[in-house]
Amino acid sequence: MKAPETFEIPAAARVNYINAQYGLKSWLLTKDHKRIALLYLGSITFFFFIGGLYAMMIRLELLTPQGDFLSSTTYNKVFTQHGIIMVFFFLIPSIPATLGNFLVPMMIGAKDLAFPRINLLSWYIYLLGGVITIYALLAGGVDTGWTFYAPYSTTFSNSYVIAAGLGIFISGFSSILTGLNFIVTIHTMRAPGMTWFRLPLFIWAHYATSLVMILGTPVIAITILLLAFERLAHVGIFDPAVGGDPVLFQHLFWFYSHPAVYIMVLPSMGVVSELIANFSRKNIFGYKFVAFSSLAIAVFGFLVWGHHLFVASQSVYAGMIFSFLSFAVAIPSAIKVFNWTATLYKGSISFDTPMLYALGFIGLFTIGGMTGLFLASLAIDVHVSDTYFVVAHFHYIMVGGALLGYLGGLHYWWPKISGRMYPEGWGRFSALVVFVGFNLTFLPQFVAGYLGMPRRYHAYPPEFQVFNVLSSAGASILGVGLLIPLIYLVWSMRYGKRAEANPWHLPGLEWRTASPPPTENFLITPVVTWEAYEFAPPEEMQVIGKFREGTDLDAPIIGKS
Amino acid sequence: MEHKASHPALQHHFENLEQQREAGTLGMWVFLVTEIMFFGGMFLAYTLYRTKYPQAFASASNHLSLPLGTINTGVLILSSFTMALAVYSAQTGKRRGQIVCLALTLLLGLTFLGIKAIEYHDKYVDHLIPGRLIPGRPFDASGVHLLPGAAKQNVEMFYWIYFAMTGMHAVHMIIGVGLLSVILYFAARGRYGPEYHNPVEISGLYWHFVDIIWIFLFPLLYLLGRHLEH
Ligand code: HEM
Ligand SMILES: [Cu+2]
Repeated sequence: MKAPETFEIPAAARVNYINAQYGLKSWLLTKDHKRIALLYLGSITFFFFIGGLYAMMIRLELLTPQGDFLSSTTYNKVFTQHGIIMVFFFLIPSIPATLGNFLVPMMIGAKDLAFPRINLLSWYIYLLGGVITIYALLAGGVDTGWTFYAPYSTTFSNSYVIAAGLGIFISGFSSILTGLNFIVTIHTMRAPGMTWFRLPLFIWAHYATSLVMILGTPVIAITILLLAFERLAHVGIFDPAVGGDPVLFQHLFWFYSHPAVYIMVLPSMGVVSELIANFSRKNIFGYKFVAFSSLAIAVFGFLVWGHHLFVASQSVYAGMIFSFLSFAVAIPSAIKVFNWTATLYKGSISFDTPMLYALGFIGLFTIGGMTGLFLASLAIDVHVSDTYFVVAHFHYIMVGGALLGYLGGLHYWWPKISGRMYPEGWGRFSALVVFVGFNLTFLPQFVAGYLGMPRRYHAYPPEFQVFNVLSSAGASILGVGLLIPLIYLVWSMRYGKRAEANPWHLPGLEWRTASPPPTENFLITPVVTWEAYEFAPPEEMQVIGKFREGTDLDAPIIGKS
Repeated sequence: MEHKASHPALQHHFENLEQQREAGTLGMWVFLVTEIMFFGGMFLAYTLYRTKYPQAFASASNHLSLPLGTINTGVLILSSFTMALAVYSAQTGKRRGQIVCLALTLLLGLTFLGIKAIEYHDKYVDHLIPGRLIPGRPFDASGVHLLPGAAKQNVEMFYWIYFAMTGMHAVHMIIGVGLLSVILYFAARGRYGPEYHNPVEISGLYWHFVDIIWIFLFPLLYLLGRHLEH
């Protein structure tokens, strides 16, 4: 890499995307992907909080074997609403709509996403879906489980199924539009020199995620629409009274919802690839394998939905095929894990907060993935299906994996997003609290489930109490661990140390512009002459992101003039 | 930095019109892929139940109006032709041609919707609207000639699939008509020419797509059991 030249910074460089314009209107009508990312950040945090409250209610109820805190009907609603909010309104948009929105254009050297107006529209659609869902919760709630299985949802449930379904239907379009925007942006807007194999792995992961979003989400949309009509007008595709098949609903639902679990975890894997390489200060081991394994997961993820129907009247032969394919889909995930660990080998590792989250991800995701293989084995699944073993499995992946990756990424890019550093000490402390609290919450659930504790009941046989007490204790620790970052991140926006352009001294494009970046990201179009994760000798790295002494002005320094 | 004066239609975040056009076109293709998946769910349900209840589906299908369906197919194919001509006129800068072809396409689209409305009305008169879609007017298959082995409730299933698929298709037609009206308005004001015509092109893509959906719907829904009826 050639040492770039520094030059006089125009006064305009003082202006960044946050202070470029003021007033509510400048935010609500913004077309800047970075501002939209912040709008999303605020809204998903809100939904995460609501989902978290429901989780606390579940754990409180399960402290004792008797159903004493919530009635069974209320309990059904509480776990349903926990699931709906966490899956559709937090995890699915979490990384793509915030970090992805912020970083995809910056990492490829573009000024914005290809369709800024559609990007803003996607946020409004998300909000509309969210408002309708909240209405469903306030009006009386839903009790079908986040899976909405027919015929209970179509015929028997006395709750606000249609409103909740409508909310999910609508918010689905926001994820379709986000995926569409990413795909087009990555194809058409890469800066000169930014070839496909120079793309950061975060981008590959988002590309793969977008594929799943555009291919899967329309299917859940039509499924929910048919479900709503069926409930509303007693027309039937899932209704046995006219010859329909309720299991068709399960097929359609999981055709989306299994790939959707990869919508949640793939972006997180992208974040972890960045963190592992950058905090080991080493090129990632097996770049192409990691990149293509994302695509492989996206493609094969569509072929395994039947592992959710092993005990739902699916033929044994179909079961065997789905079981085999589920084992196959674990291979690309394993490839990633092995490449990450190989990257760590002989790296100069620093244990900053983001890296702690990344290391946590690797361990917890591995446990989640391995137990997925248990579940994918036909005979074992018959035993543990619909028990707490399944609950523990997917929480290891969705919380231990997806959420930890999100938090790691949020800390890592926080200086870029907010222009401020978060307090490192508190960061490391809360990462540890989250890790401990998480394991205490969900490890006992594997045991309880394996011993036969079913999921989705408010009461349980007394011999399971010890596991549930451990789990509830863990949940409160986890809750505290998640509140700490919320507090200090908000605090740091005002009082944190000012961040340099490149606080971690890294080669990625997003670090070669000011923190926070100007509205157009780069004052001049960057020209990429280096590979991803190419760590330059220290003296050259020094130059990058360092500007005139004594000022906090930062501006991009490489590009074609 | 600034090169030649940029075209007024060039948005600030694109380098040039070529890039903007590529993005717009790819965006529409990606969107159409999502549409295929969306309709795919219904095609799946259709395939499943048609295999399960062939006689009922054939009986119900035979009751649809073949002449109206055929005319509508012709109307849509013709509208795709005029749409293609509109795109061509935009690319070659023929303003009058653009306006005429877009107007014709719009007209044909509206004709399709009108004929569809007549068909829907016939089904209403025959009590063939499934479930409680029309409150107080339950489905009644007694007017449908049942082939041997056909069960009435499965005839109702066919009609729900028919209404779901053609209804969703009609919704897409209505959106298309709206889209083309906007394009027609700007075309009349001379916005599109050889340099900049991407909106016309991608609206054309959308229009052709909606046509193709119908090209699949027509044989699947209208023609599937004609040979069984004597
Ligand atoms: C990578 C991210 C993954 C996520 C986010 C995830 C998430 C989930 C979720 C949410 C469920 C439960 C759904 C419900 O019944 O409510 C589930 C169940 C299941 N998962 Fe995973 N999973 C992941 C990976 C895997 C892998 C790699 C496998 C197998 C190779 C797997 C196999 C299964 C099986 C077989 C079930 C069904 C268990 C049952 O209901 O009996 N999962 N997973
Ligand atoms: Cu699955």
